Amino acid sequence: MANLQLNNIRKSFGAVEVIKGVSLEVESGEFMVFVGPSGCGKSTLLRLVAGLEDITSGELTFDGQVVNALTPSKRGIAMVFQSYALYPHMTVYENMAFGMTLEKGHSKEEIRQRVERAADMLQIRQYLDRLPKQLSGGQRQRVAIGRAITRDPRVFLFDEPLSNLDAALRVATRIEIAKLHESMHNTTMIYVTHDQVEAMTLADRICVLRDGIVEQVGTPMELYERPDSMFVAGFIGSPKMNFMSGKLAETFNAPTVGVRGEHMVVKPSDGVWTGTVIHSENLGSDSYIYVDIGADEPVVVREEGGKKHQSGEKVNLAPLEGRVHRFDNAGKPIR
Amino acid sequence: MTTDTMTPAIPVTRGSARSELMKQRVLAARWFLVPMLIALGVVAGWPLLRSIWFSFTDASLNNLYGAEFIGIGNYLRWTTLESGRTIYRGLLVDSAWWNAVWNTVRFAAISVGLETVFGMIVALVLNAEFRGRGFVRAAILIPWAIPTIVSARMWGWMLNDQFGIINDMMLRLGLISQKIAWTASADTAMTAVIVVDVWKTTPFMALLVLAGLQMIPRDIYEAADIDGVSKWKQFWRITLPLVRPALMVAIIFRILDAMRIFDLIYVLTPNSSSTKTMSVLARENLFDFDNFAYGSAQSTLLFLIIAGMTVLYIWLGRVNFEGGER
Ligand SMILES: Nc1ncnc2c1ncn2[C@@H]1O[C@H](COP(=O)(O)OP(=O)(O)OP(=O)(O)O)[C@@H](O)[C@H]1O
Ligand SMILES: [Mg+2]
Repeated sequence: MANLQLNNIRKSFGAVEVIKGVSLEVESGEFMVFVGPSGCGKSTLLRLVAGLEDITSGELTFDGQVVNALTPSKRGIAMVFQSYALYPHMTVYENMAFGMTLEKGHSKEEIRQRVERAADMLQIRQYLDRLPKQLSGGQRQRVAIGRAITRDPRVFLFDEPLSNLDAALRVATRIEIAKLHESMHNTTMIYVTHDQVEAMTLADRICVLRDGIVEQVGTPMELYERPDSMFVAGFIGSPKMNFMSGKLAETFNAPTVGVRGEHMVVKPSDGVWTGTVIHSENLGSDSYIYVDIGADEPVVVREEGGKKHQSGEKVNLAPLEGRVHRFDNAGKPIR
Repeated sequence: MTTDTMTPAIPVTRGSARSELMKQRVLAARWFLVPMLIALGVVAGWPLLRSIWFSFTDASLNNLYGAEFIGIGNYLRWTTLESGRTIYRGLLVDSAWWNAVWNTVRFAAISVGLETVFGMIVALVLNAEFRGRGFVRAAILIPWAIPTIVSARMWGWMLNDQFGIINDMMLRLGLISQKIAWTASADTAMTAVIVVDVWKTTPFMALLVLAGLQMIPRDIYEAADIDGVSKWKQFWRITLPLVRPALMVAIIFRILDAMRIFDLIYVLTPNSSSTKTMSVLARENLFDFDNFAYGSAQSTLLFLIIAGMTVLYIWLGRVNFEGGER
């Protein structure tokens, strides 16, 4: 349970500044997700919070206490790595108990109880005697999460914990993490991902990073419905938001407009835009139609149900009422 | 080794298909081994067998082919005097030989022990990130790259009692009050040999350990930092267990090498009974004293001792030469 405050945090590697002044508050018990494109500094920011890297300037506080100079274990954090980072020569039990056995003041019995409770939470009890190499990727990641739980941390950090797992396992483990957050509602969690589905489904609040600075912080729905910039609008949501500019945006009285694929409808006549279908994808429950309306990129329309349009077909498109995002030349929203 | 992956639970039909493949693999493996086995047989097996044979004969340097079989006389023979006293002779009761065995074992134990510790330290330093690491890694190999004869001569001069730089420096620093004949004096000869050997082979040890260290993923040290494990404990509980297989192989190589030590001692401290090792003694008998058969017996015993130690070491240390852990 900790309230985190990041005050103008900066980090440079040699001459290169990677984190360029991040200020952010993470509330006690909150699930905060950092998202952003590759190389924007998500992992670096997380490692600064963890204490694995030194903060170049700025102040990091946990519950009002400045922790800049504290070692990771003194900060009371636990971290789950993308690569699991399990100790290869120790059994699952030893992996989970290792930190505690070296700490003073824990009896054998207490350690065993804590390890077993964490193992039960993640259903890895039957693997406690195995070595990491005898486990599958998903099981390893659960052990890594279990090791973090055993530490009983104030702050739980995840760095892309699911990215080495296959699609089905990713969904299963994602749900597991969501359940974990519910059962540990006192523990603050920070989760790094570049997968916006993970961000949307897990987060209480999302922090979108771009090039070492915070673009926007807000709940998933805030980011989805009221993005503060074209960058956030394009980054959050799947399929990606369609942007139309210049002549194509004239009707809306803005330099650029954005409409999400699910807010675009195909009309028999008098749409705002007309174009030719160049490709369509059938996803079963719904289908994506790619329409060339003369913009730089084809417009993606999401329709319910199976494939209804053929390539080469002429279609009229219009946005749903109130679902048009208008942007000025600087990429900021006009509201 | 490969068979234990084939569990008996495999159905018969699949099992036979599998064993067909296995047969092919084993056959191919055998063919690949043939050239090496032939080469080993010619350069190692044959001379070894010859030495063993000569050790049971009365061979001398001038009369190798006329040698006659005399049984175990070179190893042990006894005569009973009229007084009823039995006198034992031969290698097994030769005090010069056992002195050499003791010298060799002492030398091997101390120098390999020191090399392991120093090699580990050097490897840990080289494994850290710092500027010019590549250069330092190459530079550290220099002592290993210099031929032993050359480095032994070099150290011989440095340790010389009259003109040696080491005496000179230690005198100036006030560490000694008079010049010491490091290599000639019986008290210091072994120390001198060990110092030179450690200087020479620590780089080899360091590189082997370094290779092992680099196999350890870095992220588990970060996990350990988060677990609050001190650097000191990280070394004992993470680094050492994970580098152990590589370390064991390195140590075994070094022990085998040290047990056969010859050139360094032959050049640095010739004829000093306090450093004379099994190889040096065997060579003396073979070529200087014209005791060819006796020297052969010593060589044979040397071989048996080394072979025995290797087996013991592998068994005790459970060294796995197949890679991976146990
Ligand atoms: N130890 C380091 N030394 C120098 N530069 C680094 C170091 N670590 C990260 N960087 C740089 O900092 C930037 C941000 O890296 P970071 O790993 O935080 O990105 P990320 O947002 O986590 O990306 P990804 O989604 O690909 O994991 C990158 O440009 C990277 O090259
Ligand atoms: Mg990253």
